[in-house]
Amino acid sequence: MSTVPVLPFDPASVPHVDQVGIEERAASLGKRSIKKEAKKTGIRLAISMIDLTTLEGKDSEGKVRQLCQKAMRPLPGDPTVPHVAAVCVYPNLVPVAREALAGSGVKVASVATGFPAGLVPLPVKIEDARRAVAMGADEIDMVIDRGAFLAGDYGKVSSEILAVKDASGDAHLKVILETGELETYDNVRKASHLAMAAGADFIKTSTGKVAPAATPGVVLVMLEAIRDFYLDTGRRIGMKPAGGIKTSKQALHLLVLVKETLGDAWLTPDLFRIGASTLTNDLLMQLAKESSGRYQNEDYFTKD
Amino acid sequence: MSTEVKDRETRELAKRHIEAERPRLEFGSAWEYAPAPESKDHVRLEKKQGLFIAGEFVAPKSKKSFETINPATEEVLAEVAEAGLEDVDAAVRAAEEGYRKYWSKLKPAERGKYVYRIARMIQEKSRELAILESLNGGKPIKESRDVDLPLALAHFFYHAGWADKLEYAFPRHRVSSIGVCGQIIPWNFPLLMAAWKIAPALACGNTVVLKPAETTPLTALALAKICQEADLPPGVVNIIPGAGETGAHLVNHPRVKKIAFTGSTEVGKLIQRATAGTGKRLTLELGGKAANIVFEDAPLDQAVEGIINGIYFNQGHVCCAGSRLLVQESVAETVLAKLKDRIATLRLGDPLDKNTDVGAINSRMQLEKIRELVACGVEEGAEIHQSSCALPERGFWFPPTFFSGVAQSHRIAREEIFGPVLAVMTFRTPEEAVEKANNIPYGLSAGVWTDKGSKIFKITAQMKAGVVWANTFNKFDPSSPFGGYKESGFGREGGVHGLRAYVELS
Repeated sequence: MSTVPVLPFDPASVPHVDQVGIEERAASLGKRSIKKEAKKTGIRLAISMIDLTTLEGKDSEGKVRQLCQKAMRPLPGDPTVPHVAAVCVYPNLVPVAREALAGSGVKVASVATGFPAGLVPLPVKIEDARRAVAMGADEIDMVIDRGAFLAGDYGKVSSEILAVKDASGDAHLKVILETGELETYDNVRKASHLAMAAGADFIKTSTGKVAPAATPGVVLVMLEAIRDFYLDTGRRIGMKPAGGIKTSKQALHLLVLVKETLGDAWLTPDLFRIGASTLTNDLLMQLAKESSGRYQNEDYFTKD
Repeated sequence: MSTEVKDRETRELAKRHIEAERPRLEFGSAWEYAPAPESKDHVRLEKKQGLFIAGEFVAPKSKKSFETINPATEEVLAEVAEAGLEDVDAAVRAAEEGYRKYWSKLKPAERGKYVYRIARMIQEKSRELAILESLNGGKPIKESRDVDLPLALAHFFYHAGWADKLEYAFPRHRVSSIGVCGQIIPWNFPLLMAAWKIAPALACGNTVVLKPAETTPLTALALAKICQEADLPPGVVNIIPGAGETGAHLVNHPRVKKIAFTGSTEVGKLIQRATAGTGKRLTLELGGKAANIVFEDAPLDQAVEGIINGIYFNQGHVCCAGSRLLVQESVAETVLAKLKDRIATLRLGDPLDKNTDVGAINSRMQLEKIRELVACGVEEGAEIHQSSCALPERGFWFPPTFFSGVAQSHRIAREEIFGPVLAVMTFRTPEEAVEKANNIPYGLSAGVWTDKGSKIFKITAQMKAGVVWANTFNKFDPSSPFGGYKESGFGREGGVHGLRAYVELS
């Protein structure tokens, strides 16, 4: 049962966002030069924050079991490379993941609530989440009802989050805003505040099925919302960008955004995750290049 | 007396207790960025540099020279010739000959080609010039690379295009050039200011004698080298380093037809007096104390970025800096809290480090001026907030600072500090904001922050300033005329307006 107090949400009090300004700020933080030791540390930190994800209709036990190996040992034979934070799968694959990851420290995250569209009846969404937890998920990634949000029915969106949070028990809840469908920064900010007030443990940008997803501007808006929520309430909410994050450069940019907006406390997998699949190998290749001085070949890194 | 003191102490203790319980952001050392220095290998620096007159680098007749330093380390970079009275005369005569023999005889399109060539060469040498600018002036490499250089070369490209189209800038007029122009520039954007002066002058068919600021001669001399390499006819551009005295000789030289000055209001007034009655044309771009107005319906986080950019960009050494923040009282506490958090992530240090946000103060003299006014602010009762960043041992440094509880009648609200120091005042209504913003002898720039479009139109129209920004700050373009109202000067640089100063119309 959730003991997190639910807070009132007043859409009129949500700050507005200036598009030109936010994009400039996000871009300027991308100009930070991260080299040498800082780059290696950053890369390792980013690896430890990955939610290694597979969300395809053709996912099978075999696929997930092999992905879990990669999650636990991203670079076989190199113990300095940390394991990722979690594996993220559809509910049916949760038991497989749980068994494969047992004792490793890697969490099992499950999407739920009629992912990715979320347009199924509330009882179905609740049952979806409840069963995923029962099957062994440590974390639930739910989607908000974007149709209701864009129609201004914030009460509906909030109450659904509340209900899913309740059904998730001790599992920690990530709320996916699907920023690509919300389109405007004002909406992203508003949805962020709504989700946090309703009890989200993490707010997440995207399902990965819609572009644009985790652009630097969107990520920065959400980080600023988290910052203001923390300063108002003392509660630290986590953030997860997902979708379109393929390169080390992007991952390091994300870390810079977090560091310079939220500070030291958020530079941990407990409060920041990166939803990605192919990112891992780019991080490993860049790490090898920093250590050896030579660019790497893809064949030296396992795809799973 | 003692009850008052006790009350105040109790209030202070309570405040500290409340603040200790409030959530705080910590910007500490988790994941520190490693040093990321820009390599100096690209820069070829001559240890002894002469005056650039009639297309050659020559020793000064004055036999005098001065050292120019790196304000971040105080190390000497080079010894530069100082132009005395005879040197100024030689330069002016070279400019006259350059005008008479070559420049005035060229077809306008040919002039344009020279200006394009200079633009291309600046572009090719951008990295070297940016490093040199940061070394000599103290500004972060991030800024010289991403702002100064691109804008400087854009100025040359833009004006190259005007050389043969001036009749379209002034329809119904016959356009001709003036002749020799004397130009005096400041130390805050050395290369950019040289570009703002030289490009339009040349495009309009004039020749120039330019005196760079005494603390920052190096990029102007590098530009001289570029002019030489571009095979610019001798005497078209002459660069004569020196200090106030050299500038005075140039202003007073009887054969200079036009003076263009960018610098302090104080010196601008001296120059205006000196040129009165001489028939010399004059433009002045002087100081400012711009108001950055933040309304309660502004996008506050972006407004905070705009405030930060407005006053800490280039360490506040900007004539159009947003040095007064006028914030609506209803959001003042929020904005001040955000400012306090934001200055904690400003990185101050080695200008050549790519991650540095705030560089060195340009000179010891300027640092003393800043310290003096800041001390005055404290003494007059404003509340000071400063970044707790470490200051390097050598060099001239001042941490990002802002004062709250400022009133119009504080000196820090009226006098140009020209440093990383912001004065914050509150207002209640739009009318009051406009009144406070305009209630100052300066009028160079202003910023307005609101999400409401109609308010943008209404308020910006009432600003008595030459450059007004809405929901942004420090945006420049060669096509956009820059200059001030009132004691910020007269005349414009950039755009069609800027060409006016460099032509004779009939």
